[in-house]
Amino acid sequence: MFIIDHRRIFFAISAALVAFSVFSAVFWGLNPGIEFTGGAIAEVRYENGRPELALVKSAVTEIVGEGALIQPTGESGYVIRVRALNTEEHQALLAALSVDGTQKVYEERYSLVGPSIGSELKNKAWISIVLVITGIVLFIAFAFRRSSYGGDDARGEGAPPWHYSIAAIVALVHDIAIPTGVFSFLGSQSVNAQIDVLFVTALLAILGYSVHDTIVVFDRVRENLKKNREMKLRKPFPEIVGEGLMQTMSRSINTSLTTLLALIALYFFGSEATKNFALVLSVGIVAGTYSSIFLAAPILVAMGGWRKN
Amino acid sequence: MLLLAAGVSVAFFDYYSEKPGARFPFRLGLDLSGGTHLVYRADVSGVQAGEVRESMDALRDVIERRVNLFGVAEPVVQVETTAGVISENKENRLIVELPGVTDVNRAIAMIGQTPLLEFRIERPESPEKEKVLKELRAFEEALRAGNGAIPENIPDTDALFVPTELTGRFLKKAILGFDSISGAPRVNLEFNEEGEALFARITREHTGKILAIYLDGAPISEPVIQEEIRGGKAEITGTFTPEEAKQLVGRLNSGALPVPIELLGSQTIGASLGDEAKTKGIQAGVLGFSLVALFMVLWYRLPGLVSVAALGIYVAMMLALFKLIPVTLTAAGIAGFILSIGMAVDANVLIFERTKEELRRGRELKDAVRDGFSRAWFSIRDSNISSILTAVILFWFGTSLIEGFALVFALGVFISMLTAITITRSLLFAIVPKEASSRSNAWFSAGIFS
Repeated sequence: MFIIDHRRIFFAISAALVAFSVFSAVFWGLNPGIEFTGGAIAEVRYENGRPELALVKSAVTEIVGEGALIQPTGESGYVIRVRALNTEEHQALLAALSVDGTQKVYEERYSLVGPSIGSELKNKAWISIVLVITGIVLFIAFAFRRSSYGGDDARGEGAPPWHYSIAAIVALVHDIAIPTGVFSFLGSQSVNAQIDVLFVTALLAILGYSVHDTIVVFDRVRENLKKNREMKLRKPFPEIVGEGLMQTMSRSINTSLTTLLALIALYFFGSEATKNFALVLSVGIVAGTYSSIFLAAPILVAMGGWRKN
Repeated sequence: MLLLAAGVSVAFFDYYSEKPGARFPFRLGLDLSGGTHLVYRADVSGVQAGEVRESMDALRDVIERRVNLFGVAEPVVQVETTAGVISENKENRLIVELPGVTDVNRAIAMIGQTPLLEFRIERPESPEKEKVLKELRAFEEALRAGNGAIPENIPDTDALFVPTELTGRFLKKAILGFDSISGAPRVNLEFNEEGEALFARITREHTGKILAIYLDGAPISEPVIQEEIRGGKAEITGTFTPEEAKQLVGRLNSGALPVPIELLGSQTIGASLGDEAKTKGIQAGVLGFSLVALFMVLWYRLPGLVSVAALGIYVAMMLALFKLIPVTLTAAGIAGFILSIGMAVDANVLIFERTKEELRRGRELKDAVRDGFSRAWFSIRDSNISSILTAVILFWFGTSLIEGFALVFALGVFISMLTAITITRSLLFAIVPKEASSRSNAWFSAGIFS
C-alpha cells in the first residue's frame, strides 16, 4: 500500500510541519492572553470615527504607564490590552480614551483578570491537556487490549496494545503542535489571537477529534486482524494495516470535510469572539485527518517492524 | 413517518417556545445578552474554620440583596470554592452575573461598597479644636481674598468631630421619605433597641452641639441637636437627588458584608456586541447546517437525504434540550454546537461507507445496509467514548464560558449517536426496496467518484 510503503516521506512531512511550528513558537513566542497572565482588555468604539492611534496611545500611557498594546478593531474602535487595573484606573482610562471628553466613546467589552485567577487557569489548562492525553492512552490500550496479537503464526503479526497508544499519542502531539505554531504566528500580529481559554478549549476539542479519527482507523485494523486470524490468511501486518487505511480513508476525508464546512461557516459568518477558535479548530482538524491517515497507522507498522527485529 | 412527525413536532416546540413570555426560552450567556460577570475572593481568614460555609452563605445573601437593588433581571450570585489541587490555597469565591448591566464600574461600586454610617459629635472645647477653627477661618479669608481661587492648605474639618459609638450597625431599617413642604428627599433612620438607647444618651449629653452624620468617611449632614431624642428615630437631610437617596436607603438596608471581599476579575460585554455575536452565531449555524446537508446529499444521494433528515432531527432535539435543561448558550457554546453539526454526520458517513463496501462485494442491498450498521457500530462506539472523555475534562477545565461549550459538545455526542443510528436506521430500512434492482442499488451506492 502506497502510504505504508512510503511512510518515511509522510513522516518527514509531519516532522517538517512540527519543526516549523516549534520554530514559530520559539521565534514569535506563545502569547498568553490576560486570562493566563492577568491583566485587562478593553474594546472601545468611537461614535464619530476613531482618533489617531498615537493620540490614543499617549492618553493610555499617561494612565497606565508603558506596556499597553493598542490595536484598531472593527470600523471605528480600538482594543487595548493593559495590566490589571483597579476601578479608579479603569475609569481614568475611559476618560482618557474619550480624549478629554471630545470623542464619544463606548466600551463594548472589558475583561479584568487578577493574577491569581490567571495562574490558576494556567495550571488548570496544563492539567486538562495532560488528563485528556492520559485518558486517551489508557482508553486506547483498553479498547485494543485483546486485538493485540493478530496473528497466531510464528511471525506474530499485530502489535501490542501500547503500540496503538503510542501511535495515537504521536498523532495527538502532532495535531496540537501545528495549530499552536500557526497561532503563535497570529498572536504576534493581533491582540485578539492570544492564547486564551478558548484556544485551550480548541486544543482539547482537537485532541478529542483526532483520537476519534485515529480510533476509526485502528478499529478497522483490529477487525482485519481478526478476520486474518480466523480465516488464516497469513497476510503480513503492513498489508493488513494498509487495507484498513484504504477502507477508512474516504470516511476520514468525508467527516473532516463536513466538519470543516461547519467550521468555515463559523469562521466567515460567526461572531468575532469565535473566529480564531474556528481557525485553530480547522487547522487542527486538517492536521488530525492527515495524522490519522499518514502518521498513526504507518507508525503502527514501523513499530511492528522494530518488534520483530 | 412517525419519527419524522416527532422530529417536526420537536422543531415546532423549539419555534413556539421562543415567543415572548413562553415557558422555555433559550437562556443566553452574558457574552450574547450583554452584561457583567464579576469574580470576588472572600477573605475568610478571620472566620473560624467550621463557620466558613455559613459566612459565605451570609455573604451571598447580602450581595444578592444589593444586586436586587439594581433591578437586574435574573442576576446570578453564587459561592464557589476552588479545589486545593489547582491553586496553592483553597479560596472561597463569589461569582456575580448581572445580565444587561454594562457599566462595570458602577456595578462594582454598588456591590463592593460597605456603607459605613457613622455619627460623630462635635469635639469638646480644646486647643485642638481651636487650631482647626483657626485654620478654617484663615481658609475662608484666603478664599475671599483669592476671588474664587482655591487656596492651598485645605483644613481637615474632620478634626472638629469625634466618633461616637453609634454606627450603622445599630440600624433597624432605613426608609426613603420626602419633606412635606419642600419635597426634598430624605432618609429616615430607625434604630434597634440598643441604638435607640445610645441615640437618646448622645442627644441628651450633647444638646446644642452638632451631630454630624458620616457616610463612608465623608460628612453628608451636620444637624444641630435641639433636644434629647427618644424613640430611636433620626433623619438625614442632605443635598440628595431622589435617586441618590433611594440608593442610600437600599445600601443601608442591605447591611454590611460579613467578610471582606476583593475583586479578582470582571468581564463586561456591551449589548450591541452581544447582539452581533448572537445574530452571527445563528447565521453561521444555518449556513453550516446547509453546507453539511448539501455535501451529504451530493455525495451519498438517497442515504445522504436520510442522514440530513436525521441531522435535522438532531438539531431540533438539541435546541429543545437547550431550552429544557436549560443550557446557558454562549458564543463558545454556539461554536461547539456548529462543530457538532459537522461531526454528527460522522456515524452516518461510517455506516454509508461500510454499506457501499458491502454492496461492492456483491451483497444484496438490504443485507448490505444491515451489515453496514452492525459493522460500523464498534467504530462509532469507541470513537465516541473518547469524545465524551474529552468533554468531561473540558467541563472540569471550564470557566463558566467554557462549560457551555463542554456541555453542548457532550450532549451533541450523545444525541448524534442516537439520531445518526436509530433514526437513520429506521428511515433507511423503511425505504430500502424488498426486491433489489440495479436502479435502487445505484441510488444507494452512487457517489461522485464511485
